[in-house]
Amino acid sequence: MKKTDVIIIGAGPVGLFAIHQLGIKGLEAIVIDNLDKAGGQCIELYPDKPIYDIPAVPECTGEQLTTRLLEQIKPFKTEMFLNERVDEVYQEKEKWIVKTNNKKEFIAPNIIIAGGVGSFEPRKIPLKEAEKLEGKSVFYSVKNKETFKNKKISIFGGGDSALDWALELSKFSIVTLIHRRNDFRGAQHTLSELRKLEKDGKVSIKTPCQIESLENENELKSINIKFEDGKIEKIQTDVILGLFGLIMKLGPIAEWGLNMDKKTIEVNPENFETNKKGIFAVGDICSYPGKLKLILSGFHEVALASVECFKRARPNEKYRFEFTTSSKNIKERLGKK
Amino acid sequence: MPKITFIDYNGTSKTIEVENGLSVMEGAIQNEIPGIDADCGGSMACATCHVYIKDKWLNNIPKAEDAEIDMIDMAYEPKKNSRLSCQIIVSDDLDGLEVTTPEKQT
Repeated sequence: MKKTDVIIIGAGPVGLFAIHQLGIKGLEAIVIDNLDKAGGQCIELYPDKPIYDIPAVPECTGEQLTTRLLEQIKPFKTEMFLNERVDEVYQEKEKWIVKTNNKKEFIAPNIIIAGGVGSFEPRKIPLKEAEKLEGKSVFYSVKNKETFKNKKISIFGGGDSALDWALELSKFSIVTLIHRRNDFRGAQHTLSELRKLEKDGKVSIKTPCQIESLENENELKSINIKFEDGKIEKIQTDVILGLFGLIMKLGPIAEWGLNMDKKTIEVNPENFETNKKGIFAVGDICSYPGKLKLILSGFHEVALASVECFKRARPNEKYRFEFTTSSKNIKERLGKK
Repeated sequence: MPKITFIDYNGTSKTIEVENGLSVMEGAIQNEIPGIDADCGGSMACATCHVYIKDKWLNNIPKAEDAEIDMIDMAYEPKKNSRLSCQIIVSDDLDGLEVTTPEKQT
C-alpha cells in the first residue's frame, strides 16, 4: 500500500493544479485517473477548442492548458496512476484508503476528489448480445493489435479513433467502417486516405446507419446494420470495435457515503471539505451556493482545500501563508534559486 | 409561459411550463422530468440530456451547431431527430413543443 499526503482523484485541470497548490506547501500527492492521459475533459472533449476565460491567458486550447499545467507541476515529480479507476474508499482511523479497479491501494490523511462529471468510459453498443460478447468479439478499445489480425472487423464511430483504427487495422484485416451519419468528425486527411482505400476496394465505409442485430452461434458470424432509409445489410464480422466515444459516468463516487446533490458532492465553501473529514471535492463535481462550473473556480477551490490538507497531513506544524514571489521555501520546492 | 411536453420511452407524457430564455433541459431538471440526466449541467460535455424532436418541430428549432452534432454521436441511440435539450432555448415560438426521451441516457 502506497502512503502519501494527499490522494487526488482526477487528473483534469483542477486535479493537476491541486498538485501545485499542495506541492508549494511541501505536501506530496499522487493522482489517479481512469483516462490514459492527464487533462480530463480538456484533453478528451476539447483538445483543439479555445478557452477564453483563464486569467492572464487570453486564449488557449484544452491541450495547451493541460501542457502548461503539466509544465507547472513538473518540479514536484508527482506519480500519476492512469487507466485506473478508484472503486473503493474507506476509513482507517484518521486516514483514508483508496482501492482502484486494478487492485492498487493508497493510504493518506486526505483525498481530493477532482472528478469532473465522473470517469470517462466507452459508450457501448445497446444490444444484449453485444454485452455477452464483450471482451470476446466485441471491443471498445484496442489493447492488443494481435486480437485484430486477419479478421473481418466492423468498426463503429465517426471520430478520430474510429478513423485511425480503420486505417491501421485495414493493413492486415478486412475493415468495414460504420457511422450513423455521412459526416465524420475525425481528421479529414485520415478520412481522405480511407476514401482512397475504399475506392481500391480495401475498406468499406457504410453511412448513415447503425447496428440492428448480431448473428451469434457460439461465436460472432455477422452483423446487420440498418440504414436511415430502413434498408438492412448483413456484414460478415468476426470482431466488432465500437469507438462511439467516451461518456462520463459518476460511477462508484456515489457509494462513498458523501452528501450528494444530484450528481455533485456537497462541500463547505470555506475549505471544500465534504461531510467526511479529510475528503475534499473541487471543480465541476462539487456544489455549494453560487457554484460556477468554471476551471478558474476549480483553481480557487483547490487552493483553499490544500490549506486544510496541510493541517491534516502535518498536525504538529503551523500553517503559514506564503507568496511564491517571496518565499524561500516555495522557491526551493519549485527548484528555483 | 411556453408549454413543453416530454414523452418517455413508454409513451407516458408530461407537460410543463418553461420560462422563456431557459433551455429545454433546464426546464426538465426544474420539473424533475425523468429521462433527462444532464450530468454536465449544460456545457455540452455529456450527451445525457438527449431528446428526440417530434418531426413537425424539427424545422422550427434553430439547427444544431457542429459541436452539438459531434456530441450526439456519443448519445444513447442517436437518431436523425436527436438533439441535446440543453441547446434548445425556450421561446414563445416553441410553445407546444413535444420531445421524446430515450430509453436511457447512459
